[in-house]
Amino acid sequence: MTSETAQEPQYFSITGADPREWEDMIAAAAESDEDRLVINMGPHHPSTHGVLRLVLTLDGETVEEARLGIGYLHTGIEKNMEYRTWTQGVTFCTRMDYLMPLFNETAYCLAVEKLLGITDQIPERAQVIRVMMMELNRISSHLVAIATFGLELGATTVMTNGFLSRERILETFELITGVRMNHGYIRPGGVVQDLPPGSITRVRELVAETRDGIGRLAKLLNANPVFLARTRDVAYLDIRGSVTLGVTGPLLRAAGLPWDLRKSQPYCGYETYDFAVPVQHSGDAYGRHLVRMAEMTESLNIVEQCLDRLAAGGGPVMIDDKKIGWPAQLALGPDGLGNSEQHIADIMGSSMEALIHHFKLVTEGFRVPAGEAYASVESPRGELGVHVVSDGGTRPYRVHFRDPSFANLQAIPAMCEGGQLGDVIVAVASLDPLMGGVDR
Amino acid sequence: MGIEEHLPGDFFLSRVEQLAGWARSSSLWPATFGLACCAIEMMAAGGPRHDLARFGMERFSATPRQADLLIVAGRLSQKMAPVIRQVYDQMAGPKWVIAMGVCAASGGMFNNYAVVQGVDKIIPVDMYVPGCPPRPEMLLDGIVKLHDRIRSERLGHRRVEQLDEREAAALQGASGVKR
Repeated sequence: MTSETAQEPQYFSITGADPREWEDMIAAAAESDEDRLVINMGPHHPSTHGVLRLVLTLDGETVEEARLGIGYLHTGIEKNMEYRTWTQGVTFCTRMDYLMPLFNETAYCLAVEKLLGITDQIPERAQVIRVMMMELNRISSHLVAIATFGLELGATTVMTNGFLSRERILETFELITGVRMNHGYIRPGGVVQDLPPGSITRVRELVAETRDGIGRLAKLLNANPVFLARTRDVAYLDIRGSVTLGVTGPLLRAAGLPWDLRKSQPYCGYETYDFAVPVQHSGDAYGRHLVRMAEMTESLNIVEQCLDRLAAGGGPVMIDDKKIGWPAQLALGPDGLGNSEQHIADIMGSSMEALIHHFKLVTEGFRVPAGEAYASVESPRGELGVHVVSDGGTRPYRVHFRDPSFANLQAIPAMCEGGQLGDVIVAVASLDPLMGGVDR
Repeated sequence: MGIEEHLPGDFFLSRVEQLAGWARSSSLWPATFGLACCAIEMMAAGGPRHDLARFGMERFSATPRQADLLIVAGRLSQKMAPVIRQVYDQMAGPKWVIAMGVCAASGGMFNNYAVVQGVDKIIPVDMYVPGCPPRPEMLLDGIVKLHDRIRSERLGHRRVEQLDEREAAALQGASGVKR
């Protein structure tokens, strides 16, 4: 857009686009001698990973220009969080990027804990549980990435295999957190509750099952000639382009830069685990696939190390500070999860002060000192950053998320322009954007 | 709809109704309309574990013109609302809509400027499936209930009577006062 048009007021139609943009485009196309075609792909399209809109200018089969339209899933999550307590914020941010709920929660809680100045007081067991849950979540997210990759290339078998393995992980999540998705399990100060009985054994079984599942997927895809023909040297993006565009995660590691926040800026005690950062040097869609496959195996190794530490048992999972930690450990009653009967007997029968404290903490929440903090975690899609600002109250003044899908998505024109139309699907699939995270 | 709407006689029509209801309910073609978290659970329902193919529904249609069931899976933003209306209008009748999850049913926990407070503000909904997100079993339950409903659907003038009856029942249920 030229500087003159930028001065004019902007008009937006209900679909969010400037109506004159289409008119300009149509007029320009009519004047031109070239045989160009502008097609609109999405926001309702089976292979755009959600409600992503792509406006593609084609010259025959070649993509001359790729433009992105986002915002079709804008949910106002960041705004809603400003009207809830710090603890309730977890419930909202877990629904942003719905394939990595536990990463959203952890990133948010790390930022809140940083602002509270309690990072060192988080119990060891809570940190280990966080790491274990995050790594299982990384596998389930990568499984969906690979499954939908296959689906978008037309291979339903890949999808069914990926979802089969993922289903086992979700079952384990359900055992530990109570729900399959959108857990709200990790809270500022620790985690909601300790692992239920039998979960260590279950996760051990899961590791073996998932290893099988990953092996099957690798056998199906890694040397598959059709898959290779569709993905090799497609959607190329080198290190320089990736760094310039702020691309992180498997895309950056597939370009050859071993940048992983778990190694470079460790959090939750990642420096104490033994794992490798898988790197490829091809910078193409196939390289990204290989990085994801290798990362899943590494995640399983981390989960096994977590299990060894957790098997010892014991220890709190919530911070000792009674001003922050939930007043009672939860217990499972006949009508579901709730405060333990012992705690209810205490606050209702013997201690008025405990009742007041419980009431204040649950209804009003805790106060966070004024200031701002930034925390980031290495999510399955790249660097997930959280910037929280507090004015000293019981609710956030502002919470902003640096979502990896959002930053990665701007690499689409760089990957697609000059390539074939069919490769746009591969580029988007290899990028694995999640519109829930992009639009929030 | 089609020629079956204009068949004469009640006895003959009831047989055609049964046949049409059985045929329609046994091979619904859902449109792929995943929006958010629920879309992932919808895909899980189509996966091998929950196997939507048992109900003749594994063929998710990429084009709305070849679909007769719209599963609105996830939160509907204001920006997406015109798109969903267009997709619904492009579907050929008879067609049905499932609002999957609380966001699609009522806006859910996102009572704010960005989210449409229920897709029934945009398109008519036949079945609401609660949950955040509803597990695949719940979606299957909603689908089975919708099948029952489709099977008992009337044709022609009997359809008009049935709709009146349903509306009266719904009004009575809502207010508790007989019309």
